[in-house]
Amino acid sequence: MQHPFPVPDAITVKNLRKTYTVREGGSWRGKTREIVALDGISFSVPKGQIAGFIGPNGAGKSTAIKILSGILRPTSGEVQVNGLVPWTSRVAHVARIGVVFGQRTQLWWDLSVGEGLALLRDIYGVEPERFARNRARLADALDLGEIMDQSVRQLSLGQRMRAEIAASLIHDPDILILDEPTIGLDAPSKLAVRAFVHELCRDHGTTVLLTTHDMHDIEALAERVIVIGHGRILADSPFEDLRMTTLSERILELDFHGTPPELALPAGAVETARAPHSLTITFDPRQIPAPALVAHVGHLPGLDDLRISRPSIDEIITRFYADHAA
Amino acid sequence: MPETMPSPTRTLSALGLYRRMAGASIVAQLRYPGTFAIQAIGNFVTTLLGFFGIWSLFRRFGSIAGWDIGTVAVLYGLVNVAFAVAETLGRGFEVFGGEYVRTGSFDRLLLRPRSTLLLLLGHELRLRPIGRFLQGAFVLIAGLWLAPHVQWSAVLVLPLAIAGGAAMFLGVLIGQAALCFITVEGLEVVNVLTYGGVEAGQYPLTMFGRWLRRFITFVLPLAAVCYYPALFSLNHPDPLGMPTWVGSLSPLAGFAFLGVMVLIWHRAVAGYVSSGS
Repeated sequence: MQHPFPVPDAITVKNLRKTYTVREGGSWRGKTREIVALDGISFSVPKGQIAGFIGPNGAGKSTAIKILSGILRPTSGEVQVNGLVPWTSRVAHVARIGVVFGQRTQLWWDLSVGEGLALLRDIYGVEPERFARNRARLADALDLGEIMDQSVRQLSLGQRMRAEIAASLIHDPDILILDEPTIGLDAPSKLAVRAFVHELCRDHGTTVLLTTHDMHDIEALAERVIVIGHGRILADSPFEDLRMTTLSERILELDFHGTPPELALPAGAVETARAPHSLTITFDPRQIPAPALVAHVGHLPGLDDLRISRPSIDEIITRFYADHAA
Repeated sequence: MPETMPSPTRTLSALGLYRRMAGASIVAQLRYPGTFAIQAIGNFVTTLLGFFGIWSLFRRFGSIAGWDIGTVAVLYGLVNVAFAVAETLGRGFEVFGGEYVRTGSFDRLLLRPRSTLLLLLGHELRLRPIGRFLQGAFVLIAGLWLAPHVQWSAVLVLPLAIAGGAAMFLGVLIGQAALCFITVEGLEVVNVLTYGGVEAGQYPLTMFGRWLRRFITFVLPLAAVCYYPALFSLNHPDPLGMPTWVGSLSPLAGFAFLGVMVLIWHRAVAGYVSSGS
């Protein structure tokens, strides 16, 4: 979608590089070795966009997230988030972002959710009226009513994640960084989190940077994916484009009430599996469009049912990593 | 799409926020009042037993090497009260290695728009050392009652000594936390300065050899916050020849020590932010 006005960037990253020095063998006197975590990455995220930031383990994702959050200083390169350099003005920077680390809590184990939110109000200096409004809105959207008075220690993982998201938004950040927000959640909780993030972006124009290993989060939320591997950006495009360039094939499944017949298939389609009562055909829609293929097989004797599907996002991303040796 | 409003803020002062965090930690500690009571009483009894050891020595010998029970009780009370105050305030630094560095939650702390020192002070206002505090205060008052030449100015100097001593021990805890960035393991060494400091502070300086005397005067200013102000308050000449008035100012060294440790802390955090480990 083309915006009528150029939308200013919420996040700008240029030639970002980070190397770590590690000691071999972990001893005090051992030789040191340099590990390149980020090898000069550049991207920008316009205000109000949900950008997926993905890559295999060890690709440099968490290093990049830490730098953008202001808790790690890069070796070289430029970063601006809301117009601020995160690591030179940590306090001003972190006051305007919200961060959810799926595996770490930002609430207090021994306090109730409500007490924790009130403490965050004072840490961030949120005005009382604004706090009351945000608390009511978040409690409603994230269904926190019955857990508000429970101590964080007693919450289930799904309840805790909803409380964590509320905690990260109580100060109205312009940018929300979500690191594995659905890890370990059951299906209803995952859907609730996704729906909430979607509304947040739509209704408040919050910019969201989402890292996850759950590709369904990406499919449901991200307008764009940035794929990182070996410290470099491997792809930066809408997910549909990634699908087309990586694994555009479709799958046609046919069910028969008898033994499937032998077939002569048109160019671009191949039989990939055969079972006593079914056949699987993989085809490239650019060579043979789906309607033409269906017309070709539609009058086969004994055909009961047929289904067309696309490779799952997990298969696509696995193929993408394999193609890039990531 | 509604315009994102610039967030109006009502920034709470550091002290105001500290009060809020401390209050929340007290609520959390009192959630299990039975546990708290047992711990506080245990703290009182174990520290009191320590003093009985000293007391029985003096009961047997009257005075030891020119030191009377009153003076030693004042030293004992001062160092324990000061340490109890530091333990109450500095819990966040004491557990820093295990609860923040090893678990990675120090990153979480850096994501809050406040000073890391303030946030760690607010980790917990620990109530348990109240046992040591009361016991130390009790022995201190008893010492003042027993000592032969108490100065009226002790009323001013002893609170200063307690504050200086608390600052010094808090400095040790902050230094210990800063060290956690380098090594989470092997911090038992630092307990030599905390618990060892409390032990050493209970005895007059003349009891120690020259090397240790220098250490607790110039490196860890234990003598400055404890021994000299006690001598000043009790008008007791220093057998090692230091003029008595020194004790009225020397507790300030505890604040200087804290200042140095705060600088070291800031350097250590900057180092962590650039190395990420």
